[in-house]
Amino acid sequence: MAKKMISVKVNGRTHEEAVEPRTLLVHFLREKLNLTGAHIGCETSHCGACTVDVDGRSVKGCTHLAVQCDGSEVLTVEGLAQGGVLHAVQEGFYKEHGLQCGFCTPGMLMRAYRFLQENPNPTEEEIRAGMSGNLCRCTGYQNIVKAVQYAAARLQQTAKEAA
Amino acid sequence: MIPPAFDYHVPRSVGEAVALLGSLGADAKLLAGGHSLLPMMKLRFAQPAHLIDLNRISALRGIREDGATVRIGAMTVENDLIASPVLQARVPLLVEAAKLIADPQVRNRGTIGGDIAHGDPANDHPALSLALDATFVLAGPDGERTVKADDFFLGTYVTALAENEILTEIRVPAFAPKTGSSYHKLKRKTGDWATAGAAVVLRLDGARVAHARIGLTNVGPTALRAADAEAALIGKPLDDASIESAAQAAMAICDPADDLRGDREYKTAMAGQMVRRAIRAAAARAQ
Repeated sequence: MAKKMISVKVNGRTHEEAVEPRTLLVHFLREKLNLTGAHIGCETSHCGACTVDVDGRSVKGCTHLAVQCDGSEVLTVEGLAQGGVLHAVQEGFYKEHGLQCGFCTPGMLMRAYRFLQENPNPTEEEIRAGMSGNLCRCTGYQNIVKAVQYAAARLQQTAKEAA
Repeated sequence: MIPPAFDYHVPRSVGEAVALLGSLGADAKLLAGGHSLLPMMKLRFAQPAHLIDLNRISALRGIREDGATVRIGAMTVENDLIASPVLQARVPLLVEAAKLIADPQVRNRGTIGGDIAHGDPANDHPALSLALDATFVLAGPDGERTVKADDFFLGTYVTALAENEILTEIRVPAFAPKTGSSYHKLKRKTGDWATAGAAVVLRLDGARVAHARIGLTNVGPTALRAADAEAALIGKPLDDASIESAAQAAMAICDPADDLRGDREYKTAMAGQMVRRAIRAAAARAQ
């Protein structure tokens, strides 16, 4: 089973790697690139702990082949903070205590990051629907919803200040 | 869990994909969104020697109106069905239903064509395509042919798609004025398959039902068209009595398997309830 060369931009940096076709995106990120932020949870596309951004859409890295990302741009949780400053979603999870054990958090952050671009001013119901592909077994979700609300307000404030 | 090893092929056109399928034969599987096939490969329920990835064939994506028909590329993902102004205006049933399929991330990968061609009675698009009277376009080495949804689903994981063919397009009649539709799906949680689901499309002529089509999800070896339930509505006034006889006729054809979602009796009762609710919701929209 011949390896394939892929060129993929991850968190702004281009990587050229030979991958086995069966290599899943989450394994490629963790084992080839040492980006261990995306977690391997259920491995069946239910839990969302492996959520990353591929070409501007949220996907589950456990059910996506690395070879399919040839030419793609991938963003992982390691790429969220810029210049040592937390992204608004990270700040929200920190301020609102949107995590306990933290296992689901990288996936939650990456989904929240994309969701707030899809819907910058969501209702609570829309947040719950938008985040429904990510499971958390600690928090009961209440503080996760608050964290996303915090981030939405922060991002809107930043946008206003920039305008 | 890592899938077994395979060779990966990435055609750029339908013709190239059909040629690959022809040369690689039964050892090859087509890869659409991958959210059924990759989990099955991880569990070794499927071990294809070759995957032919359809994701780079841009001609297989997109939604367009062609007269009174809406043509949907087989590789169009669920989130693109939801976002489509054409479907919102002309076939709103698909927009409503796609929101009930899987979760936001999976809807970025899962495709309408993959959902249909997989032949799983638990998938939602088979029953939807029965209710919509959809036609499927199949491309093979000798060109294209079309098969009605009514004639496509032959058994669990068995369809009219030949081994050397690819489902390329789903053609759906655009809704005529005063058409109402609804999909009701009982599920335990986000991302679950239906315990039972019902898709209803109907049109009223005054107080009487002029047109009705009903498809059922996950209550038999294939998605089911509830033709007797349709007959119980057509030509009748839409009232408690006709809705109840339609629900009873739908329940009469249910043949679900017992599993963790419930036993036969429960699933059959829930199918009846989904039919009642979907008829009422569709009727409210048919005014």
